[in-house]
Amino acid sequence: MSCANIQVSETPLVLYALRRADDALILGHRLSEWCGHAPMLEEDMALSNIALDLIGQARELYTFAAKVEGRDNDEDKLAYLRDVRQYRNLLLVEQPNGDFAQTLVRQFFYSAFADLYWRAMMNSRDATLAAIAAKSEKESAYHLRHASEWIIRLGDGTEESHRRAQGAIDHLWAFTGEMFAADDSECALIDAGIAVDPGSLRGRWLTTITDVTREATLALPRNDWMQQGGRSGRHSEHLGQLLSELQSMQRTFPGLTW
Amino acid sequence: MYTQALNTAETADRDLEDAGKAAQFQARIDAEERIEPNDWMPAAYRKTLTRQISQHAHSEIVGMLPEGNWITRAPTLRRKAALLAKVQDECGHGLYLYAAAETLGSSREELVDAMLAGKAKYSSIFNYPTLTWADIGTIGWLVDGAAIMNQIPLCRCSYGPYARAMIRVCKEESFHQRQGYEIMVTLCRGSEEQKAMAQDALNRWWWPVLMMFGPPDATSQHSDTSTKWKIKRFSNDELRQKFVDATVPQAQYLGLTIPDPGMAQDADGHWRYSEIDWTEFKQVLAGNGPCNRDRMAARRKAHEEGAWVREAAASYAAKRAQRQTAQAAE
Repeated sequence: MSCANIQVSETPLVLYALRRADDALILGHRLSEWCGHAPMLEEDMALSNIALDLIGQARELYTFAAKVEGRDNDEDKLAYLRDVRQYRNLLLVEQPNGDFAQTLVRQFFYSAFADLYWRAMMNSRDATLAAIAAKSEKESAYHLRHASEWIIRLGDGTEESHRRAQGAIDHLWAFTGEMFAADDSECALIDAGIAVDPGSLRGRWLTTITDVTREATLALPRNDWMQQGGRSGRHSEHLGQLLSELQSMQRTFPGLTW
Repeated sequence: MYTQALNTAETADRDLEDAGKAAQFQARIDAEERIEPNDWMPAAYRKTLTRQISQHAHSEIVGMLPEGNWITRAPTLRRKAALLAKVQDECGHGLYLYAAAETLGSSREELVDAMLAGKAKYSSIFNYPTLTWADIGTIGWLVDGAAIMNQIPLCRCSYGPYARAMIRVCKEESFHQRQGYEIMVTLCRGSEEQKAMAQDALNRWWWPVLMMFGPPDATSQHSDTSTKWKIKRFSNDELRQKFVDATVPQAQYLGLTIPDPGMAQDADGHWRYSEIDWTEFKQVLAGNGPCNRDRMAARRKAHEEGAWVREAAASYAAKRAQRQTAQAAE
């Protein structure tokens, strides 16, 4: 494979799969950055586990996207040879790890969504997506439990942990709206029963978020401004840095087998 | 004075009793019985094992750093997942080993604190840097290969919890070793650039890996009692030779050259290696390896920056216990 960017024919279904694959890969990559540096060995284990689940989901979704596209792309070309403007993940998942509170709040917001999303996707009319959903739903349920327990511990722990958890919620809240948006390319898939309408999940997501943060003695921001752009490749500056690391080998040594 | 006199008599009695216990203890070891946490054991046996198991645990944890250095840059998604899973396994080994050490009476916190304070050692091999992707293959192939050579006999170690931990650890290490070798096979079947990368990694890791088996038998401090207690079953030089004999054909299969021009096979089929530079080994042990400072700094940073998280978890657990007690009282 050459080190130049690949071109992808983003038909609605290819684009749909790529968006979810990119979410899983980028969040998995972020979590993997903790490996060896977590606050306790148990969390080195847990965060790596979650990262592995997400990277596994990404691989299945990329492989599916490549198959639907029907050119000679594959999971590695899709992951390693698209530039920042071609990546389609949510802004939320590319946000830096920050401290442990920021990582866990990011995970909590995402997993609370992913849990509902994959459960609903188990009914997708596309058999491959339904199968990926069945596996991902089980994983997401565990990710949500892990993150929720930490939000409660941090919120209701010490003054410092409370302050940090609240700061992370306030900082990341504006990136949650993008999870529930669907553009024109997705509407047809939703109508066809292949995709689910993410907007329909927001009520239940908010209930989970509200219940957990209340138990954690934390507050949700009143500010309802929501930042968007990841789905169409308008990312934060953080993603380019992440990709330059993730893709460095394939860009430096083009076309080799590893 | 009176009490002191009484104490002396008691001490003498205890010494007599201990001598009897020590003889029984050695008889059990000689009969290949396993010693379990609640069994009587000589203080020196406990101390030796605590030192060895905790050093082993520290090595697993510090060992996450050189390989962790490549998780975010692994060249394919399959390699990324495999490497992450491998480093995670090492963390699991560390946890498992700390638990085994705790059965001897020291807490994980005490043991970790000793490491962070620079009082406890970890394997010298992790003080070398991982510069290219081939280093990840080489670590799996050689470092895990050497670790297996050291650890297989430990599956029969006289101390039960350590021996059982080693059985599980060895199974995973053997998988890692094959994974590492498979990376090397892929590189050596690849482009000239990849082959050169593989050779360069072998050149840098070969001698440090041989040093992993510890000083030559003539100068090793701990071997005698460890052998008597069946903690150690083979000498450093015996294990090193076994490793070299197993590794040379693997390097030949890869088409790589071991960076030892003096190496030759003797009449018995053993590959005899040249003199090891023990000055380098001593320097690394003394803290002067290429990465000693970075490794310690990374572990201390993780520990210090994680303090507030551990405090939060403890504080929440205490609050919850208090609430439950209050509820139960209502």
